[in-house]
Amino acid sequence: MAEIFALVEHRQGVIRDITYELLARGRKLVEQQSTKLTAVLLGYNTEGLIEKLKTEAHRLLVIDNELFEKFNSETYQIALSEIVKNYNPMLTLIAHTACGMDLCPALASQMDMPFTTDCLDIEIADNKLKVIRQVYDGKLNTRVLLRDNPSYMLTLRSGCFPGGGSNLSAEVEKIESPVKDEPDYRKFIEYIEAAIGEIDITKADIIIGIGRGVREKANMSIIEDFADAIGGVLACSRPVVDAGWLPKDRQVGSSGKTVKPKLYIALGISGAFQHITGMKNSDLIIAVNKDPNAPIFNEADYGIVDDLFKLVPLLKNKIMEMKQ
Amino acid sequence: MDIIVCIKRVAQTAEAEVKIDSSGKDIIKDHLTFDLNESDTYALEEAILLKEKFSGTLTAVSLGAAETDDTLRIALAKGADSAIRIKAEDFGELDGYKTAAILKEVIKDLKYDVIFTGCIATDDYYSQVGVILAELAGIPHATLVTKMEFVDNKAHVHRELEGGLLEHLEINLPALFAVQTGINEPRYASLIAIRRAAKKEIKVVGRDEISAEKITLNSNLEELFIPPVGKRAEILSGSMDEISTKLTGIIKEKGLL
Repeated sequence: MAEIFALVEHRQGVIRDITYELLARGRKLVEQQSTKLTAVLLGYNTEGLIEKLKTEAHRLLVIDNELFEKFNSETYQIALSEIVKNYNPMLTLIAHTACGMDLCPALASQMDMPFTTDCLDIEIADNKLKVIRQVYDGKLNTRVLLRDNPSYMLTLRSGCFPGGGSNLSAEVEKIESPVKDEPDYRKFIEYIEAAIGEIDITKADIIIGIGRGVREKANMSIIEDFADAIGGVLACSRPVVDAGWLPKDRQVGSSGKTVKPKLYIALGISGAFQHITGMKNSDLIIAVNKDPNAPIFNEADYGIVDDLFKLVPLLKNKIMEMKQ
Repeated sequence: MDIIVCIKRVAQTAEAEVKIDSSGKDIIKDHLTFDLNESDTYALEEAILLKEKFSGTLTAVSLGAAETDDTLRIALAKGADSAIRIKAEDFGELDGYKTAAILKEVIKDLKYDVIFTGCIATDDYYSQVGVILAELAGIPHATLVTKMEFVDNKAHVHRELEGGLLEHLEINLPALFAVQTGINEPRYASLIAIRRAAKKEIKVVGRDEISAEKITLNSNLEELFIPPVGKRAEILSGSMDEISTKLTGIIKEKGLL
């Protein structure tokens, strides 16, 4: 039985959490399929990374080359297409991240290999590969059957499989880089760190998170008054930043900040996974949304299904009465 | 600079209730509004800004049913010079690969320096089409683009990584960019421009005009289903006044008031 491969994602010298999740999912699959798991590490000065990965897979396939210190999807694509061609795994798992999104569809298409992206789970039965994905703003799931092929590629969403808990002892296999230079058509220049805002939302005890449901900028004052009354700071989901109502440093989620306040009140946030990722570990979550099926209600402790503007002014008054 | 922007008309589901129809493979659409996919709105704006800066042509392309003409007319009203609709009804089930393969066949005869797409469609959540299209067209790409500048036939782009980190890349043209929301402030089309665009021709391309080679599906949708519920929230009921009182109690109990 052909092996399963998982691509290690690392950034600035650190293995990213999603890597351990891919490997955990990979271990479950190889157990079920009676085969072996290989972690593929493309990096530079990889000794420290190898130590961290040794217990995670049956084999570690390593290319140690300056080219792979930073992620460049084009360099990765050249190297991985060679590796996959030579080793022929039945399945290659890649993280559904900024890196994986840039890489997997191009790599798999180049190799004429069926693939899909952003998978929540994988089912292999009767030689068929099926995956579970989210659609329609995360409000429904689909079960998708991949076209029959000896080899597949998938990107997996973060947060779907807990990582860790492995005590394998990987055989380390180092190979030469099949690529010698960074392609001249796509060059990595630099990382740019996020700007620091005036308020650090990760330190707040109470966060009022707002989303699309706020509808227009004129409504912001109602929300601000409420936040002042309860003593919370304002944060938001992506559409609020896109609209320019709050600065980028207030964005909670995968491309923003991860917060763990004592209380998170989600107002008009439907709960796309990109946002949920950044706030699901809050102590107490209260969500207000008009859509009874909004995914935010699967994360919240308490939910109110109604227009947030009916509730917020009343709640503000009650809180002020209580505080007096 | 000659530019192509690939756009998609989608059901607007972010703020709406979504229900599965009797086929089990599609959603009930009667109560939903349809509009340009969110990140495609930003891709279109970025394309128009680029055309305004360097002059040249801008072609909007969309794979969709007849109603997609309305969406393409908005693109024309905002600043596209021409529009092509590929008849989705001719192609049956679609996925990211098949969509990109069809788009590639349609754009291969067009002149372009830059192709724009959005970075994710809010209906299928794939984030695939732009990257596959670039691969099939043999040009470099970058996804999740939040800023771009063009100097000497190269693009300097910022890509959004996780946790607020960005990366700055230099990419040779021709290239494809899958644009992230928030990169610009999409304009509204003026009434006069909309009226003018209503008279413009939209080129419609069907199955017969596209070579059959390699237009395949990677995957078939078997079913749609309601996501399993985790720790479902306790939904508070009653009048807004009662709910406010309950919430205040819950928050106070936590020692937060």
